[in-house]
Amino acid sequence: MVPLYALETRGITKRFGALIANDQIDLTVKPGEVLSLLGENGAGKTTLMNILYGLLRPDEGQILVGGRPVEFRSPRQAIDLGVGMVHQHFMLIPAFSVAENVVLGMRKKTGAVISRTRLRSSIREFSHRYNFDLDPDARVGDLPVGLQQRVEILKSLYRGAQILILDEPTAVLTPQETGDLFRVIRHLQGEGKSVIFISHKLNEVMEISQRVTVLRLGKVQGTVETSATSPAELAKMMIGRDLAAPSSPRTGGYTGPTLSLQGLTVRREGKEACSGISLDVWGGEVLGIAGVDGNGQNELVEAILGTAPVASGRVILDGRDITGKGPARAIDAGLALVPEDRQTRGLIMDFSIAENLILESHRAAPFRRGFFIDEAQVNRFAAGMIQTFDIRSGGGASAPASSLSGGNQQKVVLAREISREPKVLVVMKPTRGLDVGATEYVHRRLLEERAKGKAILLVSSELEEIKGLSDRIAVMHRGAVTGLVWPDVSEEDLGQLMTGAKTMLSALGPRGGGEQ
Amino acid sequence: MLEPLFSLTSIIALLSSTMRTTAPVLLAAIGGLFSDRSGVLSIGLEGFMLAGAFAGFVGAFYSGNLWIGIAAALIAGMLLAFVYAYFSVSVGSSQAVAGTGLVMLAAGATGFLNRVLFRSSGNFVRVTPFQPVAIPGLSRLPIIGQVLFTQNVLVYLAFALVPLTWFILYRTALGLQIRSVGEHAKAADTVGLNVTLTRYACVLVSGALGGLGGAYLSLAHANTFIEMMTAERGYMAFAIIIFGKYNPWGAMGASLLFGLADALQLKLQVAGVPVPYEFLLMFPYVLTLAAMVMAGKTTAPAALGSAYKKN
Amino acid sequence: MKARPHLDSVLAAARQLIIPSLAVLSAFVAGAVVVAAAGFNPVQTFAALLDGAFGSGINFTETLVKSTPYLFTGLGVAIAFRSRSFNIGAEGQFYMGALAVSWLGVAITGLPSFILIPLLLAAAFVAGGAYGAIPGYLKAKVGASEIVTTVMMNSIAVQIVSWIIKGPLQEPRHFYPETAEIVNAAKLPVLVPGTRLHLGLVIGLAMAVAAYILIFKTVLGFQIRAVGSGALAAEYAGINVRRNVVLAMAISGGLAGMGGAVELLGVTWKLYSNFSPGYGYSAIAVALLAKRNPLAVILTSLLFGALATGANNMQRAAEVPAMLASVMQALVIFFVLGYAVYEDRFARYWAERKPRDRGPHAAAAGKEAAGSNA
Repeated sequence: MVPLYALETRGITKRFGALIANDQIDLTVKPGEVLSLLGENGAGKTTLMNILYGLLRPDEGQILVGGRPVEFRSPRQAIDLGVGMVHQHFMLIPAFSVAENVVLGMRKKTGAVISRTRLRSSIREFSHRYNFDLDPDARVGDLPVGLQQRVEILKSLYRGAQILILDEPTAVLTPQETGDLFRVIRHLQGEGKSVIFISHKLNEVMEISQRVTVLRLGKVQGTVETSATSPAELAKMMIGRDLAAPSSPRTGGYTGPTLSLQGLTVRREGKEACSGISLDVWGGEVLGIAGVDGNGQNELVEAILGTAPVASGRVILDGRDITGKGPARAIDAGLALVPEDRQTRGLIMDFSIAENLILESHRAAPFRRGFFIDEAQVNRFAAGMIQTFDIRSGGGASAPASSLSGGNQQKVVLAREISREPKVLVVMKPTRGLDVGATEYVHRRLLEERAKGKAILLVSSELEEIKGLSDRIAVMHRGAVTGLVWPDVSEEDLGQLMTGAKTMLSALGPRGGGEQ
Repeated sequence: MLEPLFSLTSIIALLSSTMRTTAPVLLAAIGGLFSDRSGVLSIGLEGFMLAGAFAGFVGAFYSGNLWIGIAAALIAGMLLAFVYAYFSVSVGSSQAVAGTGLVMLAAGATGFLNRVLFRSSGNFVRVTPFQPVAIPGLSRLPIIGQVLFTQNVLVYLAFALVPLTWFILYRTALGLQIRSVGEHAKAADTVGLNVTLTRYACVLVSGALGGLGGAYLSLAHANTFIEMMTAERGYMAFAIIIFGKYNPWGAMGASLLFGLADALQLKLQVAGVPVPYEFLLMFPYVLTLAAMVMAGKTTAPAALGSAYKKN
Repeated sequence: MKARPHLDSVLAAARQLIIPSLAVLSAFVAGAVVVAAAGFNPVQTFAALLDGAFGSGINFTETLVKSTPYLFTGLGVAIAFRSRSFNIGAEGQFYMGALAVSWLGVAITGLPSFILIPLLLAAAFVAGGAYGAIPGYLKAKVGASEIVTTVMMNSIAVQIVSWIIKGPLQEPRHFYPETAEIVNAAKLPVLVPGTRLHLGLVIGLAMAVAAYILIFKTVLGFQIRAVGSGALAAEYAGINVRRNVVLAMAISGGLAGMGGAVELLGVTWKLYSNFSPGYGYSAIAVALLAKRNPLAVILTSLLFGALATGANNMQRAAEVPAMLASVMQALVIFFVLGYAVYEDRFARYWAERKPRDRGPHAAAAGKEAAGSNA
């Protein structure tokens, strides 16, 4: 008897203290079906998936695999029952080869002593079966992200996964790579495997899945057949209201190039991370940098800040050459940076909100008085910022940054950077991990700064964010700028630029900003 | 009178002595390698060695059997290693702090017990140390025979552990497990490997081999226990692992370099070179400093030093 | 309502003491077990220990004398900790400071005390500071583990001293392996006649206050703390990480070096082998127990001074080896580490007890982070 559902959950509930991450979740996946799990950040998707994979244990509820109730105490039990997971942040070991990553933890299959030749041929063979074309000996850290994802998928399949959970698998892919992934998913479907596809991208959900389960605030909002729904309906279910596109009213004009990168080349660990990048960011414009993660965006930003070694080229900020002069000089020249990883690069988590707010400006008056820091000034400033930026902190300005929610942490970073009245604002993935409300707040603030004539460089892998906010878009591939385009560029073109399949340099200066 | 230093017999004696001065640090370094590769800093080695030196001596002294001393050293090293593993793996304490505390504990405890046990005996208490065992046939080879094949059993063991450790780390499923835990604990966890157990086991191995290295000092070198007799060899082993790029062969090469330095300074002291002996004694420490500087930012296991907390 | 914040902060400070006190108490209990296991009478042993430390006026001044070097080395280690530098080198830095004044305190003659003593202390600060800055620089520049380098520098310092007291600086008769006695003007004045209690304690207390101000009130202290708590974020904010690591290590070494000088100028008047019974190593426990807070170091160094003084009496009176004190110092470290877990829970408990201060947002924040990471 073939069970009706490959996997089923009944009333799964998971609490973290007062927060209910999952509230009575019912979910079903049929054999050979692709089910999408849709929800915004913080809706409880990842928690649910970690429960299904044995990384977390539910407080209440039941999981059924193949119609039989099971209890996952560890990932191993989930694996043994045919559940495989591709994590959003890959669980791969960069220093290991493809083959080592695939067989890790499978002593039953490899034996205590691992024969390299046997291992190599078996992985190569298995990889061919799915047209994956992976070199078993390649070091995973050297592979592009798309191939790393295949290693992850192969890892699950090699363990005999019948149900594959893909957690935000397209977040790191180009549109073309996403197409490839969808072909793989359909192939797996053809073999009778079930896929749970987690995403917050509506068009992808519409394209790949048969059914969609929508989560909001830890609860199931509903499950619908994909053929009987529309992106608009899904969006409404996901957010609880209509999705407002970031509006970008133009108020100010352009004030000429404020940040100018001239032939910037960055070499790190013997590799060229950025090759001869030339870009101008004008006052009053948002220049978006699109590209798959790891194509030189981080190095570019670090070169502007002055923490990455610049092999050649120059960084000119408001007429001053700050190339290789280090962060202090760049900041003094008028650079502000909202880094991607706010918990390690943006904030000092043990420091209070007030201390974090003066992390840069403590060096000068009014916060500095001789050798000392003027605490009264700092506290007055912090109280003002907390009000202006609506930073919700239980303990006021003296509460540590670690006690804040992600959105409020980001507000502290924004408050610090914006309050210094910089000339150039470099912003990296500013809404990563934030909920819709906080995302809208961040976007609004950025557009306000643009209206004030600031030059904004926005680095993001979220194409919607880039297209919604930018006046122009630069596309990076392998450390080079392959495209300089207007935000109305087609997804197709953008994808080809991101993979380096073509080059397109049309938007050399902002519209109406005079030709350069 | 420096001339005899460079005669053939003199060089053979120096190399043979190098093998013996290498063995204790090599044992500790191999042990520490397991710990480091599993992601736990082997900063407590000095403590394991000290405990092993004392327990080894006490065991051998009271039983009259060197092997009981060795067993006692293994147990003492592992007991301390268990304490270290508890704090660095289970509690998630700073490994630097826990490791340093461990060395202090070992120094205090061995000193205290040494005075409790041997305070009444005014003269030195001694054991008959491990004797060289000539390997039939091989020991007759010219030069090499004397250098490599006329050593005590702990020297053979130390050097035999090098290929064995290499094989375990790079050719077995167990080695893959150890290395994966040290590189990316969560990745290992998600494929069902037990991170905590793996790390405990590796730290216990470092305790056992560190203890053995310490027992070498009291049972095959000084023939007695002297307080603080390890003289920072545990820290040198820690540096040797880094200098040897976290690889058993590299650790062996670096250990030999240290062994040579140690043997050479001993030889020069005996030869009566016109340099204050304090400067000769300083040599291994200076060499360690130089090694740390030259090793610079070696690629360490990615998760080295960070505790793993499940969610 | 006005008195509330003040009362709250007093209560908060009191709560800070609970865990360290428990750690010390536990170390004593564990020490008693060790003593009993070794065949001694624990009650008698600890009575002798307490009597030795606090039993009489003179005993107590001896405790204060013993506490002084711990105070300096403890402050040094605490400051290095603030920059996340694990300075195990206080021992060597202590020796370097003592070495500097053992030379200058003999070589410089004809200066009055009020000029000579500050001069000597400054020299010791520079000597110890330089000795601490070297591992700091190696850590900042090439990433050499400061644990290993400072341990090696300790051993090198011990050998340098061992050589110098039999070589260039040996006392004029070349009989004893020690330096000549410093000139009278260099000796620290005694505070209470008839005791050994000297001005060094007052200097140490002043240094504790200065270190507190440095760490919590100055720009340099802000930067050192920033580098220690979040090096990447500090670097991104334009704070020079390397410079601050080297500076913290230099100040740390300077304080330890001053400690060596104060011990020499106040107590021994000359340098010899085993001049330090491990003041630099114990400093790690002193600083950890004080949670890296310079003012708290005053209390913890007093505790360690009492332990050391008491242990000597214990050895005389109860014939228990004084090494027991070292065991207990190490145990203190482990109990501090072990109880740190409860400290977090404790802090959370107190935070949750006062919901009026915490918005619903903040209450959920920790869990939210846990949820999104999961």
